[in-house]
Amino acid sequence: MALTYEDVISKYEPSLGLEVHVELNTETKMFCGCATVFGAAPNTQTCPVCLGMPGALPVVNEKAIESTIRIGLALNCSITPKSRFARKNYFYPDMPKNFQISQYDEPICTNGYLDVEVETDEGPKIFRIEIERVHMEEDTGKSLHVGGATGRIHGAEYSLLDYNRAGIPLVEIVTKIVSGTGKYAPEVAKAYVKELRDILRSLGVSDVKMEQGSLRCDANVSLAPIGSGKLGTRSETKNVNSLRSVERAVRGEMIRHAGLLDRGERVIQETRHFQEDSGTTRSGRSKEQAEDYRYFPEPDLTPVAPAAEWIEKLRSELPEKPSLRRARLQSLWQVPDKEMAALVNAGAVDLVEETVALGADPTRARGWWLGEISRLANEAELELTSIGISPKDVARIIELINSGELTDKLARQVVGAVIAGEGDPDAVIATKGIKVVSDESALIAAIEKAIAAQPETAEKVRNGHVPAAGALIGAVMKETKGQADAARVRELLLGLLGQG
Amino acid sequence: MAGNSRISRDEVARIAGLARITLGDDELTHLAGQIDGILDAVAVVQEAAGANVPPMSHPIEVNNVARPDVIVASLTPEDALSGAPASEESRFRVPQILGEEA
Amino acid sequence: MSDLIKKSAAELAALIATGEVSSREVTQAHLDQIARVDSTINAFLYVDGDGALAQADSADKTRGGSSPSPLNGVPLALKDVLAQKGVPTTCGSKILEGWRPPYDATVVSKLKAAGVVILGKTNMDEFAMGSSTENSAYGPTRNPWDIERIPGGSGGGSAAALAAFQAPLAIGTDTGGSIRQPAAVTGTVGVKPTYGGVSRYGLVAFSSSLDQAGPCARTVLDTALLHQVIAGHDPKDATSINAPVPDVVSAAKRADVKGMKIGVVKELTGDGYEKGVAESFAQSLAILESLGAEIVEVSCPNFKYALGAYYLIAPSEASSNLARFDAMRYGLRVGDDGKRSAEEVMSMTREAGFGSEVKRRIILGTYALSAGYYDAFYGSAQKVRTLITQDFSRAYEKVDVLVSPTTPTVAFKIGEKSDDPIAMYLNDVATIPVNLAGVASMSLPSGLSQGLPVGFQIIAPAMQDDRLYRVGGALERELHAKWNGPLTNQAPELVI
Repeated sequence: MALTYEDVISKYEPSLGLEVHVELNTETKMFCGCATVFGAAPNTQTCPVCLGMPGALPVVNEKAIESTIRIGLALNCSITPKSRFARKNYFYPDMPKNFQISQYDEPICTNGYLDVEVETDEGPKIFRIEIERVHMEEDTGKSLHVGGATGRIHGAEYSLLDYNRAGIPLVEIVTKIVSGTGKYAPEVAKAYVKELRDILRSLGVSDVKMEQGSLRCDANVSLAPIGSGKLGTRSETKNVNSLRSVERAVRGEMIRHAGLLDRGERVIQETRHFQEDSGTTRSGRSKEQAEDYRYFPEPDLTPVAPAAEWIEKLRSELPEKPSLRRARLQSLWQVPDKEMAALVNAGAVDLVEETVALGADPTRARGWWLGEISRLANEAELELTSIGISPKDVARIIELINSGELTDKLARQVVGAVIAGEGDPDAVIATKGIKVVSDESALIAAIEKAIAAQPETAEKVRNGHVPAAGALIGAVMKETKGQADAARVRELLLGLLGQG
Repeated sequence: MAGNSRISRDEVARIAGLARITLGDDELTHLAGQIDGILDAVAVVQEAAGANVPPMSHPIEVNNVARPDVIVASLTPEDALSGAPASEESRFRVPQILGEEA
Repeated sequence: MSDLIKKSAAELAALIATGEVSSREVTQAHLDQIARVDSTINAFLYVDGDGALAQADSADKTRGGSSPSPLNGVPLALKDVLAQKGVPTTCGSKILEGWRPPYDATVVSKLKAAGVVILGKTNMDEFAMGSSTENSAYGPTRNPWDIERIPGGSGGGSAAALAAFQAPLAIGTDTGGSIRQPAAVTGTVGVKPTYGGVSRYGLVAFSSSLDQAGPCARTVLDTALLHQVIAGHDPKDATSINAPVPDVVSAAKRADVKGMKIGVVKELTGDGYEKGVAESFAQSLAILESLGAEIVEVSCPNFKYALGAYYLIAPSEASSNLARFDAMRYGLRVGDDGKRSAEEVMSMTREAGFGSEVKRRIILGTYALSAGYYDAFYGSAQKVRTLITQDFSRAYEKVDVLVSPTTPTVAFKIGEKSDDPIAMYLNDVATIPVNLAGVASMSLPSGLSQGLPVGFQIIAPAMQDDRLYRVGGALERELHAKWNGPLTNQAPELVI
């Protein structure tokens, strides 16, 4: 009989460790001046340094250092007075030097924290996630595996390597062990990654697009019997490509560990890969014997010793914390808690704020983002930021409604068309010829036509049976190809029939 | 090899694996003996291990050497791939990779 | 024509500048000498005849124009560890056979900008690991003084090229003595600048915190002129010194040691040093004293750990630096039959492509860095570096430069030490402390012993490279007066 989550949490308590890698959005790579444009043709953004050619030397990107310090400050970390780069030595074809320049025992930021809010049975609860370290390193190239059948034994297989991504700056953020989350571990993990993502976005240091790989999460999970006071063996799960996957992966691993422990079996310390379709993990490399990376200080680079004044300047220039900003906006927009929570959950806060900044009324902006657009996003299983309509589009649509050029119904059509990729609102309106029939005489003509076509219905209305007007309104809408303002039609119709 | 050797033949084989070098049997034996001898000779540095001095990794102590975040021309793909033992469609072609990324 | 090859670089530069000879003539004369003697000497791995003549023609066009470089048009031999665009760069190894870099090392760019003509790439111990050039995958180089003997290493090719008059200038690299020891055993001049004085960008790394490229020639002034061209800050090398190059040329010309304090390092004299070497050293000391310098004895007690520290640090850094040679992106690929994995092909390639000294050091280095051994080996060795640096600092409170014989012996026979790694390592006992501390050092000829050259080593504090040339120039002036010219004029005529 399969274990339920309730079974699991009744017996075990989880501990979590989250490692997040962030690709910085600097113009150039970590140790050389190659461009970092996403999607460039293979090996067009490489040089002797990032290709690891004999004789090449790294020189660190000063913007990457600045971004890393800002990240550390935003996470309440201490900035190490003098930190060093270190070589992490192992062989892998996507790593040109067969060592990665990273940081080891002297990382640039240590000992921070991030508070995240999660909805619990007892209401919203704050969990403080402690941050062990934030450090700098470089990304690897990308490999394409080619040929052969499904198994790896068949001879025709080989790989093709593109080193455009090799050397792109990465920041690694590692939490301390997170305990005391109880059954909310999956939600806490998701909330942590989400809050972290929002902070990184507000700092402007990364695109933080999980689906593009500029934000990567590895989740470490272990279970221990409740009250045992010990830590269980952990497994590490990689390939977690969305917020939803973070939650599912943690939950899935908790259930898997519990299944093993219940049967008296051992949890193997290993790396596992998350499978999107099944929500479970597949075994990868065993971590039973820890890799010997033979770390030593990188002799080609100097220590990083940021001036105290500079750090304070960066600290003073940090943007408003997302949680504080949300509180401020909630107050400004006069939004009740539940609705604010809905906005946050839907990832709509930034979008609404941008829409408002472009002149839209907050209530209308919220209405559209949380209403029709969220509906379409959920249908397509996409995030609001990826659905294909921008705050500028929405602000424009609201403007057109306000000026009477669009009705709500027509506006919904426009939204659908913009999302379908048919252009911006004005382009869609022009192409489709969407236009509110505002010409009163045309409306009256259409109304009189409808009345003439349905004399009995019209008589009913004249006699006070107002609901019967619906059929007549429908006829007018049909006649005007839906481009009449239904409310105005009703008004005029009832007026004509003596019920206005 | 001496009874109290610092490093066994098996250990040398393990290290050679870490360093991705496939040593032949005779080579392994010969090398193990030599390395053992060298380790004996260099072990003298351990007398300094207790010294109250910081380790030095740079002869001249300088901090904060960095470069501006400004794009510099890359190599053309042709130049990048000019030494490649094998390539395909502007990518380096390598034999199948068995292990997984760290 | 043939006496062009006996001239110094300074003399050639002057002749080219006035138009008395063309760079093309000079270059051709040296190419001819290479063709004549190199089948015996084996100093060159690659001779870039066409390229050199093209550079010479270009230099001939520049000359006479507005302030050409002091070495415009003068030929040079380049150690094969430096990347020269489009020219084979092997580092003396099979694993890079045929590799043509798509870029120039900074040193090479500077040489080209100065109008220096690069004749070709010289032989070396594989990846700069060795003291005899016997570890080259392309056969040993022979010492022009006695072709049964080694020319030193790792830069034996550059030194032999100078001593055999194949080039008036050469570039070497020095990690534990690889410029100075060959200079000593071939009767030529070689300088290891202060660490960071010359850019390492494009210098294929052996031991990153110890490697330095440096100038080599037959005279102190020539060496200074070359030093001036190649030294200087490079933004592409984060370890390069961000300060002006000390005025080494003026120092070489002035060459006045009156009032200088010269320290003899106690630990670098004594039993380990051959009688003839010790005698030649003492004679040179006497000359310096007669010129007005004060000779003082100093002690550097931590030097006894230097060899041990070096043979831990250098292999450790090398084991990491050489990991990139994995058959994936450039160089040799062995065993790719379409069925083997990348890991297997890597291991087979490295086994086939690396020689035994390189493998030995990679294994040693990997071991020294591995978990459980780091503190005892690499960690301790890094502490020794600090102790040695302190020894130097303390000594320099009392003296301006330190001196010693460059090597314990004269050139030994090819094959004599190649089976005994530790005996081979002992050749570097006087040169190694210099690299560990990052200070500057020169070897220049001090005389002959048993008919073979002896080297005199001068060590200056970091960033005071000019002191090398001041002392070296003064000693050389007296010795050249005694010998009627550079010592290399006494090298036996090569019997082809």
